[in-house]
Amino acid sequence: MNRDFTARGNHDMGGLEAGTIDKDEHDYALWEKRVDAMMMLLSNELSILTVDQLRKGIEALPPDAYDNMTYYERWMASITNTLLETGVITTEELGSKMREIKPDFFSGMDSLK
Amino acid sequence: MTGFAKDSLVRVKSHFPPSPPAHCRTPFYIRGCVGKIERICGAFENPEELAFGRVGGDKKVLYRVRFSQSDIWPDYEGSKNDQIDIELYDFWLENPEEERK
Repeated sequence: MNRDFTARGNHDMGGLEAGTIDKDEHDYALWEKRVDAMMMLLSNELSILTVDQLRKGIEALPPDAYDNMTYYERWMASITNTLLETGVITTEELGSKMREIKPDFFSGMDSLK
Repeated sequence: MTGFAKDSLVRVKSHFPPSPPAHCRTPFYIRGCVGKIERICGAFENPEELAFGRVGGDKKVLYRVRFSQSDIWPDYEGSKNDQIDIELYDFWLENPEEERK
């Protein structure tokens, strides 16, 4: 069979060696449920994001980030980037909210200035 | 390009311009393979446009296409009867009788 392909995306792993797959059921952490709820609100209720935009954002992650992030960490990264791209939030708003929730979040970075 | 009947043979396009950098929703491993239309699922907005937030575009016909596992994987060790169904949009499919574009 002569198959000529466009490049395979890092996420597009059908048919590749996957190693051992952990099939155990596990509970979701509260933050994971919140990320899921946020996506449902943004897509179904507010029509700010499509699920396809979520997917595109996940697939756009650098290969190393994609491979090492957990499922909902990928969602969070994609939602954040898309909301920034589409102007729903600004980096300043995001930063000040992160500081408010966790004041020492940027403490290590401040020393780099 | 559109209008494949149930049970007709189709080939998945290997290239879908403009790709990359557009958003592609057809798995790498199935491109170039020939399968049979199992059913017509309906018409839906194009996820490869929705991925850019473009809502309200033309609806595209979605097909469920049935492939033989041993056609897809040259070293497949399972039963010759094993199959896989994949849902694919019309613009990804072509008539396998026609010259590959």
